[in-house]
Amino acid sequence: MKTLKNVYDNLGLPRLIIGLFFIFLLVTSIALGFSPAAIFSDVIRRWLMYGTLVLAMVPGIQSGIGLNFGVSLGISAGLLGSVLAMEISFLRNWSEVLGAAAPWLTLLLALLFGIIMAAVLGTLYGLLLNRVKGSEMTVSTYVGFSVIAFMNIVWLSLAFKNGELSWPLQGQGLRNTASLSGSFGGLLSNPDTVQATQPAWLHWLAFKIGEFTLPLGLILVFGLLCFFVWLFFRSKLGIAMSGAGENQLFTTSSGINVDKKRIQGTAISTVLGAVGIILYAQTYGFLQLYNAPLMMGFASVASILIGGASVQRAKISHVLIGTLLFQGILVTALPVVNEVIEIGTLPEVLRIIISNGIILYALSKTKGGNQ
Amino acid sequence: MSQANSLLKKAGSILFDNKVMIAFAAICLAAILLSGSTLSFIVDGVFTRIARNTFTVLALIIPVLAGLGLNFGIVIGAIAAQIAVFWVVYWGFGGFGGMMLSVLIATPLAVLFGFLVGKLFNRMKGAEMIAGLILGYFADGLYQLIFLVVIGGIIPVNNPKLIISGGVGVKNTIDLTGNLKYAIDSVRMVDIISILFYAVLVITLIKVVLHFLKKWELKKGDLLIFGIVGLAFGISYIPVVERFLSTDRLRLLDALTAVLIVLAIIQLVKIGKTLFIDKGQPGKLVKPIAALLACGLIYGLTYIPQIEEVLLFVKLPVLPFLLIAGLCWFNQNLLSTRLGQNMRTVGQSQSVAMASGINVDQTRVIAMIISTVLASWGQLIFLQNIGTFSTYGAHTQIAQFAIAALLVGGASVQKATNKQAIIGVILFHTLFIVAPQAGKELFDNSQICEYFRVFVSYGVIALSLAMHAWKKIKKDEQPPAGGPDQRNPTLAPVTAKPRVEE
Repeated sequence: MKTLKNVYDNLGLPRLIIGLFFIFLLVTSIALGFSPAAIFSDVIRRWLMYGTLVLAMVPGIQSGIGLNFGVSLGISAGLLGSVLAMEISFLRNWSEVLGAAAPWLTLLLALLFGIIMAAVLGTLYGLLLNRVKGSEMTVSTYVGFSVIAFMNIVWLSLAFKNGELSWPLQGQGLRNTASLSGSFGGLLSNPDTVQATQPAWLHWLAFKIGEFTLPLGLILVFGLLCFFVWLFFRSKLGIAMSGAGENQLFTTSSGINVDKKRIQGTAISTVLGAVGIILYAQTYGFLQLYNAPLMMGFASVASILIGGASVQRAKISHVLIGTLLFQGILVTALPVVNEVIEIGTLPEVLRIIISNGIILYALSKTKGGNQ
Repeated sequence: MSQANSLLKKAGSILFDNKVMIAFAAICLAAILLSGSTLSFIVDGVFTRIARNTFTVLALIIPVLAGLGLNFGIVIGAIAAQIAVFWVVYWGFGGFGGMMLSVLIATPLAVLFGFLVGKLFNRMKGAEMIAGLILGYFADGLYQLIFLVVIGGIIPVNNPKLIISGGVGVKNTIDLTGNLKYAIDSVRMVDIISILFYAVLVITLIKVVLHFLKKWELKKGDLLIFGIVGLAFGISYIPVVERFLSTDRLRLLDALTAVLIVLAIIQLVKIGKTLFIDKGQPGKLVKPIAALLACGLIYGLTYIPQIEEVLLFVKLPVLPFLLIAGLCWFNQNLLSTRLGQNMRTVGQSQSVAMASGINVDQTRVIAMIISTVLASWGQLIFLQNIGTFSTYGAHTQIAQFAIAALLVGGASVQKATNKQAIIGVILFHTLFIVAPQAGKELFDNSQICEYFRVFVSYGVIALSLAMHAWKKIKKDEQPPAGGPDQRNPTLAPVTAKPRVEE
């Protein structure tokens, strides 16, 4: 009995409900006759798709800036990097000159641009957050919104030659969703793309076992990123950063520059956001511009909270569990809901309720009582 | 020398305090010039939007006063209003009666929601704004769940005009034409005066009865109000006046003249009071006389043909403006009540409020209830004016735009006034009206300005939240930073304290 209560205390009520709900949905969908292999493929795909964006929350939380709703900054940097890389690849005609290597180069260039821009923006953003200690979450939410709104203007005024990016017959403005099928879309995760465009020795990147799809390339990349972040927080720099987030006074007295650590944490979080959106886009197969990334920060925050993180503490395991549960529910809910009642938007409603409910719960846990 | 210096300093600080407003006014002016729209078009649009949106913006003021910051939770008030509107339309009510029924349904819902939000905010002190924002999204999710699944799915509702063809879920837009559209805007002035007269009559009668039962002291003011309203009611029966009052729209020219006359009378009364009752002190006469002259000057300006044309073109719905004025009066007068004083104390320092025996949590909950109820009424005014009820979109931007407008007017997280709300609405919505045209002229693309507008509304919130947080940190750091200047550093906290308690 005591161990049961222990387990319950460790899990917390919302996590328990969400976990049970996920299992319930899984069982129901299999009972309804959906192929388990297809469902699990989808769950894994979505898990990895959002994984890095959720991973971006860890350095933010650990360095003490709290839930980084402003990850939109990194997302915008990543999107801008991808768009620039695709335009360069189009102008240089890489797909004909380089063949199978073209998408790889585009992907790397996109990552490079994205990371550089995110690092710069993240540092500036960190400087801002140091000025607004105590209100980081409110400020970062609105900084995130502003950045997305600003990028809308940028997307609308860019005049690119690449037909996959720009509207046909218009000198100006990019599409709402740009297909990546001619570029790096599905390079690490879509078996069809990999078999069609890549040489045989790279076919292991994504393959099918019966009905089950295994995006090994994406698993590898995401796993490595998780490993690096895990390793980082065991390095001297990482430990100092966690210290800065945990107890500012103590850390200051032990000679660590708290403000600097917070800036570094913010910058790393922003960079991971940029990498995250590029991996998201490559898995999804489309680049979503304009208002599509507006609420992605919220989804990431909700995921890591579902995984068990708090506003002050986050671990890699929280990322993995949280993303699996959150995305798992969304993936499995759609077919189940469609079978029971035909309301296509219900999973979307579910997403809104779950993600904002869990954020509210986490906030009420940290900022309670009379001050 | 020092006087001139301090004057300069004062002017500088006025400019600095209003920098957001001034910058925004400059943007607006540039956009107006670029757009090349006619003045009539802009003024007409601005007044339409003032009538539509100001009530909601004014609903934000009380939580700011009570230290809850900008109330992002007004979305929940809007949701209460929309639930009411749906059922009223479904039952087939319309007109002013239908609107009253909506108010009757929305108000208890908003009280309940406001109570719950207040309770929740008490668990998250210091994080009310982010919590309110998230709560707004969360409530939106629940609202969608109710309107998409529960209505039709669980509650049987049968109306092909409102329900999606499958029989489950409410349609995207509900047309309010013929039921609630202009239910408030189109109330005639005669009816307003009659209703006011009968309401005052009943209240005065009750007071008189209570007076004779010795439970209420009848004051001169009570009878004076009754006299004024009675006089207005009587005048409204003069045929010429009746014809004038039997419309629902008032020309801006008439409204302006009326306001100027009222202002002039007030100033004259002041002058008379100084001259004949207080006797002397001619220094006190300068201000009223200047105001009187200004009134006259403004009235003179209305004879300039261009301005007269605009003033004749624009017509105002009467009741919304009266409601807005009423809310301004309420916000202003709440301050002089005990509840208002308690709210202000709680807003300045919770520990001081607690020490002086104020129930902090309860005061905060009351502030949230008032704000939520007002927001729901504001949404009703908004919906009846727009005329189409976008079921899943009407409430989503409400907090965003209302807060941005308030901040543009120069308000901050800790201080907001009626004046700032009204100036903010005018500036913010002027930009809304002229931005598309300006964008077309400037970039040959009206979409860009659409986005610019959204960017500005997000940006202005981000900016003022950041500035507020920055100021707060600076204030916290002040005592040690100011230490070296003072001979005795230990004095610093002592001198700082009373300022908080003020």
